[in-house]
Amino acid sequence: MTVIDHTADTENLTLTFVAEFDASIDRIWQIWEDPRQLERWWGPPTYPATFVKHEFFPGGDSRYYMTGPEGDKARGWWKVTEVNAPTTFTFEDGFAGDDGEPSGWLGSSFCTVTLEDVGGRTRMTSVTTFESLEQLEEMLKMGMEEGMALAMGQIDKILAEPVSSPQAG
Amino acid sequence: MSDAEIDRIFQALADATRRDIIRQVMRTGQSVSTLAGNYQMSFAAVQKHIAVLERASLVGKERHGREQIVHGNPEALQRAARLLDAYGDIWRQRADRIGDLLSEPRQD
Repeated sequence: MTVIDHTADTENLTLTFVAEFDASIDRIWQIWEDPRQLERWWGPPTYPATFVKHEFFPGGDSRYYMTGPEGDKARGWWKVTEVNAPTTFTFEDGFAGDDGEPSGWLGSSFCTVTLEDVGGRTRMTSVTTFESLEQLEEMLKMGMEEGMALAMGQIDKILAEPVSSPQAG
Repeated sequence: MSDAEIDRIFQALADATRRDIIRQVMRTGQSVSTLAGNYQMSFAAVQKHIAVLERASLVGKERHGREQIVHGNPEALQRAARLLDAYGDIWRQRADRIGDLLSEPRQD
């Protein structure tokens, strides 16, 4: 079973996601470290990911593409910035051009993943920060149409925040 | 929703003043001049923000006598909410797939 929570912070363009798995920390580390396991879950079934390079150490580079239903390819890259096996790692994620190399288009997002042992289960927390809404939007377009089916949340939060006090009288 | 519509919504929501205007007018319609009085910027600047929100269909404007009343468009806001939350959904789906992967017999 997987217990999940996610919180979006619009002001800081950050999404925090928490899930728990019935597996050891080492096992969860593996699904990130091993590109063959990583590509089984990184992209949706309609846009499966293929990692052509995956250097899971500080300063390492990853290159991947996601193949759409019409054979279209969306390419991306990671720069792995920090790795403390088996509990934390951070990477930068951005768009790549047709040659598979970073295009610089729309900058990059930054992701920190933390794994914790919680009584034999593993809690995985990912915190992703985007540089701009345009970038977040393009990430969403990268084969994630079905993601649109999700509900509410963010605007509810905007609406629930206090209104900046209008001058009385 | 077309890409162009999505672009307009994201652009509109990228600004703190515009998000605040949305909060104000969702509760009750407000005149442009009342809204302008809430911010330390020129009337024209506030009008400009309202125009951006209008193009994204996040708010609408109606004329009441001499006043222009701005009101929120909840339907468009809900579409924007779905968009903003979609990234969280991507992670939910990833977690589901991880769960599936973990339930397979190990092959070492």
